[in-house]
Amino acid sequence: MNKRSFVKPPSKLIADTDVREFFESGLEYNTPARGMWNIVHTGMLVPKAHQIFACAQGCLRGVILTAAEMFALDRMSWISVSEEDMFDGTLESDIVDGVSEIIGKLPERPPVILLYLSCIHLFSGADFGSIIDELSEKFPDITFVDCYMTPTMRTTISPVAKMAQQLYAALGPLPINCRSVNIIGNDRPTDEDSELVKIIRENGFALRDITLCNSYEEYLQMSESFLDLTYFPYTYGAGEVMKERFGGEHLYLPNSFDYDTIKDNYSRLCAALEADVPDFKEDIEACENALEKAHDTVGDISVAIDFTAVSRPFELAALLCRHGFNVRYIIADSAGEETAAFEYLKAERPDIRIFAAANVNMLNVCHEPHELVLAIGQKAAYYFATDNFVNIILNAGLYGFSGITKLAALIEDAYLNKKDRKTVISLKGFGCASCLTG
Amino acid sequence: MKNVSRIIPCYSADTSGVCSALYELGGMTVTHDASGCNSTYATHDEPRWYDMQSDIYISALTEMDAIMGDDEKLIFDVVSAARDRAPAFIAVCGSPMPMMTGVDFDAVAAEIEARSGIRTFGMHTNGTRSYIEGASEAFLDIVREFVTDCPKGGLGVRSPLNHEMSQTLQRPSPISDNIGVNILGMTPLDFPWRGTMDSMKRFVAESGFEYVSCLAMGSSLDEIRRAASARVNLVVSFSGFAAAKYMKERFGIPYVCGVPFGKKYAERVKCYLNWAAEDKECDTVNERGGEPCDIVIIGESIGAVSLASALWHENGTHARVICPLPTDREILADYDLTLSAEEDIERALHDLAPKTVIADPLYRYIVPRGTRLIELPHFAFSGRCFERDMKDLIYCDIPF
Repeated sequence: MNKRSFVKPPSKLIADTDVREFFESGLEYNTPARGMWNIVHTGMLVPKAHQIFACAQGCLRGVILTAAEMFALDRMSWISVSEEDMFDGTLESDIVDGVSEIIGKLPERPPVILLYLSCIHLFSGADFGSIIDELSEKFPDITFVDCYMTPTMRTTISPVAKMAQQLYAALGPLPINCRSVNIIGNDRPTDEDSELVKIIRENGFALRDITLCNSYEEYLQMSESFLDLTYFPYTYGAGEVMKERFGGEHLYLPNSFDYDTIKDNYSRLCAALEADVPDFKEDIEACENALEKAHDTVGDISVAIDFTAVSRPFELAALLCRHGFNVRYIIADSAGEETAAFEYLKAERPDIRIFAAANVNMLNVCHEPHELVLAIGQKAAYYFATDNFVNIILNAGLYGFSGITKLAALIEDAYLNKKDRKTVISLKGFGCASCLTG
Repeated sequence: MKNVSRIIPCYSADTSGVCSALYELGGMTVTHDASGCNSTYATHDEPRWYDMQSDIYISALTEMDAIMGDDEKLIFDVVSAARDRAPAFIAVCGSPMPMMTGVDFDAVAAEIEARSGIRTFGMHTNGTRSYIEGASEAFLDIVREFVTDCPKGGLGVRSPLNHEMSQTLQRPSPISDNIGVNILGMTPLDFPWRGTMDSMKRFVAESGFEYVSCLAMGSSLDEIRRAASARVNLVVSFSGFAAAKYMKERFGIPYVCGVPFGKKYAERVKCYLNWAAEDKECDTVNERGGEPCDIVIIGESIGAVSLASALWHENGTHARVICPLPTDREILADYDLTLSAEEDIERALHDLAPKTVIADPLYRYIVPRGTRLIELPHFAFSGRCFERDMKDLIYCDIPF
């Protein structure tokens, strides 16, 4: 693949890749793989919240139709911003008036409104604080949360990371409960079979997670937890903000595929819970057996992994390579916090090819001839035009040793059972309801 | 407030209009934006995205690029990508952030063209206007740049072009005496992507015309280069109106506005096309019974007027149009309304109290209780939500 010479090649061997910069930046292509969540999906996790977006029509369209596709238009309103609005001195007052009008038209008063401003507001120096203050004064029964649809600012803080923080902005202080633990910032619940959840529950702690909240009241209880856990890089900041605001402890336990890191995570968790550290011998054995069984099934088929499937694609690749899998392709633009796994692969498997996720020359990769590939992730499935793929986004709630065991089973299943690629990867927001199905 | 919506969506924006209009023409379209414009377009405004690849990209604008006014990065990246992709032309679109920083897209385009040697258009979009305006500008630029004068008559394509043939197409000669027709303003934002062009070509052929080109679904840039060989243009959405006016002025080709919905109305469109070809007069095929109207149709002006006329021809029903998008008042009847705000449309529906509303399904939230809603999905409004239910009404029986 990619034998042609390009000014900006879309792929290179890992042996030729510098961990500090994989690819030169440039124009970007957008794949039709839609499983990643956006700020609308995430905002919908706040029970009973109503979302109001104030931005230009082009930006509004994507967020409104996200809500429409997930049958949630009744939880979404908008205020469009024209060119004139930016310069006529009414930027803030238009938003206050628009929000007030929308509230007046809602069939019932929401307890919380997530108000999203966009890049152009921040760039023009809109006073978001005064907007929130004025609205709060006008509607004291509603909590207004400042939210941000600011992709232009993504190199400072990505909208997804900021949204993970703002998800908890409506919480107020409560007395600390030393038997309550939060998992913060995730889009989906952590697998109940994971050692992480078992350790928390089996030691008698209440586990709180916004994905498990059935009511606004239950959501508000989250501020009482004495311990906030995060395990994705983009949720780390949310954990720190929770710690700052409510005085609990924050533990970052990265969702790793490295046995030692997983064991270290659990040691730190148990120390915080003042619980005994379990013996993970059987869990590790289960991982080994599952990986061996999966490898026996899939054999030497080429494997491609993309960065949307798991938060640590290089660690997953390293784990699979160590167990005999023929990992040949990784789609990722950086190694993030996985430098060690990257360097391991570079030394041990220099033939692995790294693909730039959005390089313009990826446009026709899906039509290029290549061997049959087993993909882990939607982007990999699209680019390598394979129906044999593991359909997961950001680990899909899998964590720790049980996560590895279950992922091995999913790999086996992907080899044995084809999926309807176009239909599956076209659905927006992995796991969300969609009007495109059924 | 006019810019507030409690529940109904907004229409596709101008940037999507540009991308949709240029999608099949072999160019490269770049939106100067961080990310949202392209993912919104690719997900919600472009049904061809998965099955038909096109060089549509974003510049991946960052905060620092915007603050520092780093246009050079945009120019460099576009020229670099153009070397890899070898497009037939380049279009660079603005979005909200470049609007704020005052990027001069004409200057950017000129610089890209000078460095790449590829014809480049600066599009004056900013993400705050409708797809009609974007598509309209894109179509006009394509016609201005690539359509050259040539002898009139039919010049139908009867077999696929090969490379050698395409080299000789700058000055073609007519190959039949039939009246050649271009279709202007056709995009998947207004018409179902699959099937529409088959229906349209069937209408053209069975009406005794010669199909020349379609701006821009199902036609290559080479076919469009020959558009001036047509003797009449059929404008099927307001996106094609500016290009039609230009072609009238530049090449003397008259235009007729109308979509040949149904059978009887399609027959009227055929008559108007013949008359226009003969006497060079332009017109809209707007034939209705007048007020009072039991039906309200909400949609793009030329499509909605055509449907209203088709209903009158088919079964004598009277329909009023509410057009929420930019149009020319001449296209509409006196009693039609141009309203874009949710509150205005909701109030009009309440005051008019029609028995039936024909509109996209997502208008259901503001249709008065007890009023029948005939759902006619419009991709530029509800995106892919109801794509599988979109109806091709061209030159066939109307099911309602």
